[in-house]
Amino acid sequence: MTAEFAIETHGMTRMFGDVAAVDHLDLAIPQGSIYGFLGPNGCGKSTSIRMLTGLLRPTSGDIRVLGESLPGAEEKLRRRIGYMTQKFSLYENLTVQENLEFVAQIYGLRRKEARQRIDELLSLYDLLGREKQMAGSMSGGERQRLALAAATVHRPELLFLDEPTSAVDPQNRREFWERLFDLCAVGTTILVSTHYMDEAERCHHLAILERGTKRADGSPQALMDAMGARVIEVTGNDLRTLKQQLISESAVMSVAQIGSRLRILIRSDVINPQEWLESRVSGRSLAEVRPSLEDVFVTCTGDRHVA
Amino acid sequence: MWRRMLAIVIKELRQLSRDRMTFGMIVMIPLVQLMLFGYAINTDARHLPAGLVDLSGSSYSSPLIQAIKATQVVDFTTRYASLPEAEAAITRGEVKVVLYLPPDLGERLIRHPGFSGGQYMAEPVGQWLVDGSDTVLAAAIRSLRQMPLDEVAGRAVKTSVPSFEVVQYFNPEQRSVVNIIPGLLGVILTMTMVMFTSAAIVREREQGNMEFLITTPVKPLELMLGKILPYVLVGFIQVLIILTMGHLIFALPIRGGLDSIALASMLFICASLTLGLVISTIAKTQLQAMQMTVFVLLPSILLSGFMFPYEAMPIAAQWIAEALPATHFMRMSRAIILRDAEVMSLGADAIWLLGFTCLGLLVASLRFSKHLD
Ligand SMILES: Nc1ncnc2c1ncn2[C@@H]1O[C@H](COP(=O)(O)OP(=O)(O)OP(=O)(O)O)[C@@H](O)[C@H]1O
Ligand SMILES: [Mg+2]
Repeated sequence: MTAEFAIETHGMTRMFGDVAAVDHLDLAIPQGSIYGFLGPNGCGKSTSIRMLTGLLRPTSGDIRVLGESLPGAEEKLRRRIGYMTQKFSLYENLTVQENLEFVAQIYGLRRKEARQRIDELLSLYDLLGREKQMAGSMSGGERQRLALAAATVHRPELLFLDEPTSAVDPQNRREFWERLFDLCAVGTTILVSTHYMDEAERCHHLAILERGTKRADGSPQALMDAMGARVIEVTGNDLRTLKQQLISESAVMSVAQIGSRLRILIRSDVINPQEWLESRVSGRSLAEVRPSLEDVFVTCTGDRHVA
Repeated sequence: MWRRMLAIVIKELRQLSRDRMTFGMIVMIPLVQLMLFGYAINTDARHLPAGLVDLSGSSYSSPLIQAIKATQVVDFTTRYASLPEAEAAITRGEVKVVLYLPPDLGERLIRHPGFSGGQYMAEPVGQWLVDGSDTVLAAAIRSLRQMPLDEVAGRAVKTSVPSFEVVQYFNPEQRSVVNIIPGLLGVILTMTMVMFTSAAIVREREQGNMEFLITTPVKPLELMLGKILPYVLVGFIQVLIILTMGHLIFALPIRGGLDSIALASMLFICASLTLGLVISTIAKTQLQAMQMTVFVLLPSILLSGFMFPYEAMPIAAQWIAEALPATHFMRMSRAIILRDAEVMSLGADAIWLLGFTCLGLLVASLRFSKHLD
């Protein structure tokens, strides 16, 4: 096995009772890249990450993480991977400084080394001046930065982030992603789960998950190019009625109103979608547009999710 | 290994120092309980194991012993050759009651006012030596003082002096508080120590800290040791509070060496803490942990010898009692505090507590899995 892939799985499956939370997932995540799991609630993102971090044992399937196979090599991998959980998992009644000290000690950093590393992280993640604040009293964005700092104290080669920006505003999200690209630039492989399109679009590679299975994967651009549907936008009045009318057509995959426009996804087996649609919009103006990642997501997951 | 354990200890202490509620409980539980239990609880005792020093060599001793057995209050289990030997046995806690029959038993019996025609020297025929620190037990023996001697003598006997003299060791005034405080030490420590650690692991699980913690290189044993060490300190603070208050308010005599008390407390604190840890690895929620704590606490109060004398309990209850750390500690603390026994003479209980702690740590570490399923 080459170390070309940081993570490689074949048929990774996890059952909870009769339900497959993750169903025969094949992954090949290249080293040094940012890989995204995009999917709606309950599609198995967290469960997959837990299996890849060795917290859950797969019901079946092969998992190789950083060249080690799981289950079996969990303890060996502990120092090489970092994990930022979906729910804040540091101690709310400890201060920022105390939390980071604790994590540094747990990872076996020496006193001096730990102090240096913590100072470095505090300034990197913009937490200077908050050392004495209780973690429980911090805002969502601050907490996420602290959690990321804690997950990277020991400079892991592979970093798992489970919905890291779910409580973060767009501005802070941008900042957060800048830090992720910094980490990536020094060779860290990052696996991040999300249900935000803008976040998914920043990943090098992406897997779209739905009910435990992978619906599509590739770079965001490739996914948009290869989408199995065409996107047409209609402008005009009385769009609500038109929407009701179109949604019953089997060739239409989804209709979404965006301001004064209707964004319509039409199956690619319709030969000339523009013509097909013209006859049904009674004179309103229409234009084909480039697909977005959200369109890809909707075609993959069947309109279950609205971000 | 030590660094990671120390990390956990520091973290626990920091969290503890911020938790005012828990901090208050550490101080308030001993104080309130001490006041509440400041009065006696009395029960009927039967079949107490007793020692016998029979120097009489007369034919009267055996019917006398039979007559005493017939009362069902005591069973003679051990014979001692001399009075000093018997006294030493009481101090060690081997027996709590000894019947002493003097060399002139025959003469005394005949001279006893119950025997008509004898010389009316009002002298009891024998002497009971009683460990007075156990008030329930002492009360039971006192009931034997006036035991009729009719059967022994073979005729009706009217008593104007007691048949026996009762000598109480260690607690001449028969104050039950004196007996209760060393026992209370065991109950309070069981309550707080088990309660604090039983929540230790579950709480981290419930609050979501565990998912992060188990992806770090921390080892189960390090986590377990790190979780209990801070509470050893808490335990000692409570011992200090109870003994100091007991001494100041209830004039509790502290006869044993402080080192012996400390060692016995240490063993018991560790045993209780590991018991809590084991609970914590079993319970799914903090509420469950609390319920299991109560489940352990009740027998610790009822069966450990705190409320009813161990000797007077049915065998089945004694078996359960033996399994509880509190029973062993109760024996040790009474022996040390009230009778100045050496820890070494209480070796069996000490070793049992030590074994319990090691086994508990092992079980908790094995049960604690670094997996979520
Ligand atoms: N311990 C468990 N026992 C039973 N079912 C579970 C368990 N953990 C997860 N599941 C189920 O598995 C499915 C996938 O859950 P998972 O947490 O992986 O979803 P997710 O993609 O992380 O969702 P979200 O975006 O809401 O975090 C869900 O249907 C969930 O109910
Ligand atoms: Mg999740």
